[in-house]
Amino acid sequence: MAEAVWRRAVLAMQLLAIDPALGGMVLRARSGPVRDGLVGLLDWLPQPQHRIHPAISDEALFGGLDLSATLAKGRFVQEQGLLSRPGTVILTMAERAATQLAARLSMVLDAGSTHRLIALDEGAEPDEALNPKLAERLAFAADLSDVSVTEATLPDAFDPAAAITHLRHVAVPDDLCEQLTRIAAQFGIDSLRAPLFALRAAKAHAALRGKMTVDANDVEIACLLVLAHRATQMPGSDEEEPESPEPDQTDSDDQDQTDTRDLPDELLLEAIKALLPDNLLDRIAAQKARQGKGSGSGAARKGNRRGRPMPSRAGRLGDGARVDIVATLRAAAPWQTIRKQSTGRDSLQVRNDDIRVKRFEEKSDRLLVFTVDASGSSALSRLAEAKGAIELLLAQAYARRDHVALVSFRGTQAEVLLPPTRSLVQTKRRLAALPGGGGTPLAAGIVAALEQAIAATRKGLTPTIVILTDGRANVALDGAGNRVQAAADAQRMAQVVRAQRIDALVIDTGNRPEPALSALAQTLGAIYLPLPRADAARLSASVATALGD
Amino acid sequence: MKQPFPFSAIVGQDEMKQAMILTAIDPSIGGVLVFGDRGTGKSTAVRALAALLPPIMAVQGCPVNSAKAGDVPDWAVLETKTLVEMPTPVVDLPLGATEDRVTGALDIEKALTKGEKAFQPGLLARANRGYLYIDEVNLLEDHIVDLLLDVAQSGENVVEREGLSIRHAARFVLVGSGNPEEGELRPQLLDRFGLSVEVASPKDIATRVEVIKRRDAFDNDNAAFMLRWQAEDAAIRDRILTARKALTRLKTPEKTLHDVAELCLALGSDGLRGELTLLKAARAYAAWRNDTALTRAHVKDMAPMALRHRLRRDPLDEAGSSTRVARIVEETLG
Repeated sequence: MAEAVWRRAVLAMQLLAIDPALGGMVLRARSGPVRDGLVGLLDWLPQPQHRIHPAISDEALFGGLDLSATLAKGRFVQEQGLLSRPGTVILTMAERAATQLAARLSMVLDAGSTHRLIALDEGAEPDEALNPKLAERLAFAADLSDVSVTEATLPDAFDPAAAITHLRHVAVPDDLCEQLTRIAAQFGIDSLRAPLFALRAAKAHAALRGKMTVDANDVEIACLLVLAHRATQMPGSDEEEPESPEPDQTDSDDQDQTDTRDLPDELLLEAIKALLPDNLLDRIAAQKARQGKGSGSGAARKGNRRGRPMPSRAGRLGDGARVDIVATLRAAAPWQTIRKQSTGRDSLQVRNDDIRVKRFEEKSDRLLVFTVDASGSSALSRLAEAKGAIELLLAQAYARRDHVALVSFRGTQAEVLLPPTRSLVQTKRRLAALPGGGGTPLAAGIVAALEQAIAATRKGLTPTIVILTDGRANVALDGAGNRVQAAADAQRMAQVVRAQRIDALVIDTGNRPEPALSALAQTLGAIYLPLPRADAARLSASVATALGD
Repeated sequence: MKQPFPFSAIVGQDEMKQAMILTAIDPSIGGVLVFGDRGTGKSTAVRALAALLPPIMAVQGCPVNSAKAGDVPDWAVLETKTLVEMPTPVVDLPLGATEDRVTGALDIEKALTKGEKAFQPGLLARANRGYLYIDEVNLLEDHIVDLLLDVAQSGENVVEREGLSIRHAARFVLVGSGNPEEGELRPQLLDRFGLSVEVASPKDIATRVEVIKRRDAFDNDNAAFMLRWQAEDAAIRDRILTARKALTRLKTPEKTLHDVAELCLALGSDGLRGELTLLKAARAYAAWRNDTALTRAHVKDMAPMALRHRLRRDPLDEAGSSTRVARIVEETLG
């Protein structure tokens, strides 16, 4: 199996070399000899190769003013961006690429340029992956995590030149478009880019083999390479489907009899199915959750490129710093006479010491992690009220452009209902569907909230955990129904939160204030709000006050 | 750079195409916001629009595409002031654009080499009298959004920075596209868009196949494909020009004005911009359909497009804005 994955990755690389319109490939693997082996094959693709990283500046990508050269030569010198010439772009640490970079790269790929993009995705967790917007524009994806070094045999030398000239002459059977579209639809692939990529891949594969027409083998390979990793459902599992299969099926059967080159849909479906991982549904859930993530505008921006301008200061070129030209010239002005005398040159002379850099101030965005107790005891008394309060807070969060995440705990475990997002609609939908009942695994809830908060900190957000519970923790971290252990676990997790210096807020939704919760709040270093008979509006007002606005 | 995909060759997405045509008929409607999933042809449609727009007359070499010699800003040094025909400008605002590039800034080359304080116009100047297109508008930096809001509202770009004090006309139609799942737009920016449309991938196989076939033909045999659709694009362009003329003669009965006001009141849309846009859109739509007078039917057809993004966001409302508009249109206008 792993060897087949490797072979397909190599094949995808060959097809990429033949047709630039295929966009590129996502390579999911940790750094190592296997990945290096495949990256080595990039020599097949047009040169030059550029390695870029997720924090690359726009100037480096698209070019701009070359300030040092401009100052030295006394005339305008334009710096060439990496993307100004066709070539192969390797995006390292692709899973860290922010939405902003993904959008820019998508724009370049959309513009019909001849760039190939190879995204090296080193994501360790299932939800750490390349931005879906960008992944969508790359035809291929390969997960090399399970390929061992011995299986990764380097293929023979390959020269795409012949296949490239041949590609123009490859003919496509009339019904191929339909077949690919149908298959993509059966796997629940919404985007129309998928069948288009499959069509191109099939043609490139035919060209690779020196055939004049696309045949069944090409189609199968194309489907495996392009469609398999995009599947969001098993064929036949869609309830809307019955409308089309009947005529379609007979259609393709007819073709099968008249045209032997054609592969019936069922065989193709089976071939792709064989490649689908068993946990497809889990993965889809993860993907769907990922889509909801807020935009990159909340990402860490401590640098000096954006935000509200502040007075400029002496600084150096490089690091993407933006130079304040006027301030620089002003700093250089008094020295001109002296410098002219010492160097004998008559032109404007700007030295490194004169450079003034712009500074910008930007506050990092706030993330509210709502951690909601949906246990039986809470559900009976106050869950509806808590929901109402959160909805009011959401409206405020929306106005302030805060990000919101939603975690609920009940039964034996906690669940992240919504990863950090600014999408009010999604949050409301998830919140409304929040079920109640079961035990109170408070510790698990804190852990889940903590995970979200830590991940958010890494992205430069400032998280605040808001815990809404009635505090009768009765399920321990290991899922056992032990009150003493449960309380101890909750305290222990609270200490972890405090050690991470994450702000918190504990709202007691019980009918009477619960001393244990007050203690928990103390451990957390959090504000404790007992709200025995508060309604949603009062609760929301108290939280707003506690949060300092 | 390849020619954009022809507008008339876009399969389906009628509401989006209609909205774009309306802004071409009457630019004062004020732009289109296209929201939808990945791979639904949002960007394709906007780029196709550029090729479809009728040309404008402008002073040769003018940085802000002035229509008359008298409108040329004093900071622009032009050799001649002859009028030439030029395509309607469609300017792309890339996500990474800095404030300098958007508003214009000190001309660095002149500052460094000649020691002159000169103004280098930015994207807003180039977009004057044309279209400003922002892909992924919901991911745009907040401070650029603030800047755009101000300019879109006043129609004038004022630059006060680096010792420069410059102002120039910047009237443009704002076209934005984005995927709402990746981040929402502030209501203030939403309101600046005249029309908003929601697009989705076509669900039936036949349409999808047609999309793939046309795209494949476009990629493979570009010249033949462009030739094939040239006539249809030209027909739309002619119809836009005819509609522009018809717009001036179009009658607006008092009764219809009343309908518009009543509808907006029932929806509780903020400000009067909703009424004005709905009226303008309905008029442009009537002109496009070659009708002589504005009727209730036109208003009903245009209401979702013109109003769905202006509703007060209600955190407790589950139904989408489109449904709410449709419901209230049905209740008020019957």
